[in-house]
Amino acid sequence: MKKNKANVKYVANLARIKITSQQESSLEEQLSKIIGYIDKLKELNVEGVEPSRGAHITRDVFREDKVISSDCQEEILKNSPSREGDYFKVPKVIE
Amino acid sequence: MENLININASQIAGKLTAQELNKEEVFSFFNDRIKKVDPFLGSFVESYDQPVSGEGKSFLSGLPIALKDNICIRGKKITCASKILAKHIAVYDAGVVGRLKRAGLGIIGTTNMDEFAFGSSTENSCYGPTKNPWDITRVVGGSSGGSAAAVAARLVPFALGSDTGGSIRQPACLCGVVGFKPTYGRVSRFGLIAFGSSLDQIGPITTDFTDCAHLLNIICGHDHRDSTSAFLDVPDFTKSLNSDIKGLKIGMPKEYFSQGLNQEVKIAVEEAKRIFEEKGAEVIEVSLPHTEYAVATYYIIASSEASSNLQRFDGIRYGLRVKGASLEELYTNSRGQGFGEEAKRRIFLGTYSLSSGYYDAYYLKALKARTLIRRDFDQVFKKVDAILTPTSPTTAFKIGEKASDPLSMYLSDIYTISTNLAGLPAVSFPCGFSSSKLPIGAQLIGKEFDESTLIKLGSAFQNCTDFHNQIPKINHE
Repeated sequence: MKKNKANVKYVANLARIKITSQQESSLEEQLSKIIGYIDKLKELNVEGVEPSRGAHITRDVFREDKVISSDCQEEILKNSPSREGDYFKVPKVIE
Repeated sequence: MENLININASQIAGKLTAQELNKEEVFSFFNDRIKKVDPFLGSFVESYDQPVSGEGKSFLSGLPIALKDNICIRGKKITCASKILAKHIAVYDAGVVGRLKRAGLGIIGTTNMDEFAFGSSTENSCYGPTKNPWDITRVVGGSSGGSAAAVAARLVPFALGSDTGGSIRQPACLCGVVGFKPTYGRVSRFGLIAFGSSLDQIGPITTDFTDCAHLLNIICGHDHRDSTSAFLDVPDFTKSLNSDIKGLKIGMPKEYFSQGLNQEVKIAVEEAKRIFEEKGAEVIEVSLPHTEYAVATYYIIASSEASSNLQRFDGIRYGLRVKGASLEELYTNSRGQGFGEEAKRRIFLGTYSLSSGYYDAYYLKALKARTLIRRDFDQVFKKVDAILTPTSPTTAFKIGEKASDPLSMYLSDIYTISTNLAGLPAVSFPCGFSSSKLPIGAQLIGKEFDESTLIKLGSAFQNCTDFHNQIPKINHE
């Protein structure tokens, strides 16, 4: 991260997280320090090395394409911050 | 009734089988103890007056267990110690919860953690830090700090945690208990709220290896609801207890004993080495040359996965919603107020590593470094059966000591993160005490799906040492 405020703002916008200007300056300082450290990887030669994406078990996993009923619709809706009947209520999206 | 803090879970199970005790007595013993002692520690988020249990039967039937607050128990609050989930009720059981119920265990409550498991001290919790039972001015480690402290203080016979970069092993180390991270894929991640999906693994925190083996027997095994769950038979881990370790070969990586390692920790781990040799194991020096790149690699990969996993918290279908003039503002307000500082840092770091123009330099490069770190282990495991290292470079540090310097906190994970990058099983176990009576832990790392060798070695070690039987005295006691 180039050590300027615009960049923290840019990342905050990508991450959809609102920060105060106070948070912005402390995050800027901390992230610059962390990124300064992880830049260590730049010295490592990885030419010809394949990336590892995760688990060793890399076979595809399939399941039957069948409908399984669930019994927790009401529990799910109860967790919603705003509902109307069996719907999640959200602010107007289309003008 | 007998004081149940002086015996392990397996011995309590034995008394239940022999009908010297019944499960209601056991549950209320620990429930009372939580109420009495936990106000001094803050290890629980919530404790239940009635166990959450199933009808199943097993050797551990009737025993209470605590779960880290990121494992879903249907009908119970699950918060990940985050304001964004403060009122959330789980709508299904995690894979491990189903297994515990089928084995007849009774869940007694949920334990404190760093928010979304981001941290190494349990200070990043919306409930405040858990205090170390050995010294309440010190941290418990993290992120499964509540589970480790609760077991160390014998508020519960055992607990489950989750480990993405050391989050079971490091708090177990700082609290003087056994914390086991199984091989990636051994335990279902279904219903574990995701942090770094290619790294996360659930595992047991116990006072000793006997309880660890019994609990692993219950929680390990395939689950079709987790597509990375291994299609492998699970051995009976208790068969590895109390067995001969003669001829086993242990490697000590020289990179793990260099700068930054506290002298008392170093001496205690070298003493552990001597005990393994005395029991007939052969110990040799080995090398993991890419160790110095592990912290950087880990924080790029783990934060990238976290930033992606945490996109789901947007204030729409669940979690905190903070109103805004537009939908966009609702997202940014909800996430801005709901996530704590460390969560924000990790999401920003991950978003940055994945963003256009930086992806190749950071994320892709880290995935390649991950391959090199794995190859180091592959090479070493051609020569040895297990690797012995310190778990943490220091004993428990003071609450607040590293709070303003996130990088120094990240560096305290240096010995544990490589095994998550490589997907290997590893365990921390008590191997000594510092001059100020703080626990010291050693770590054993095993070959993929070879948890059994680690149990064999750990059990042999505990059969001739007494560190795991030490119980902290908590203020009022």
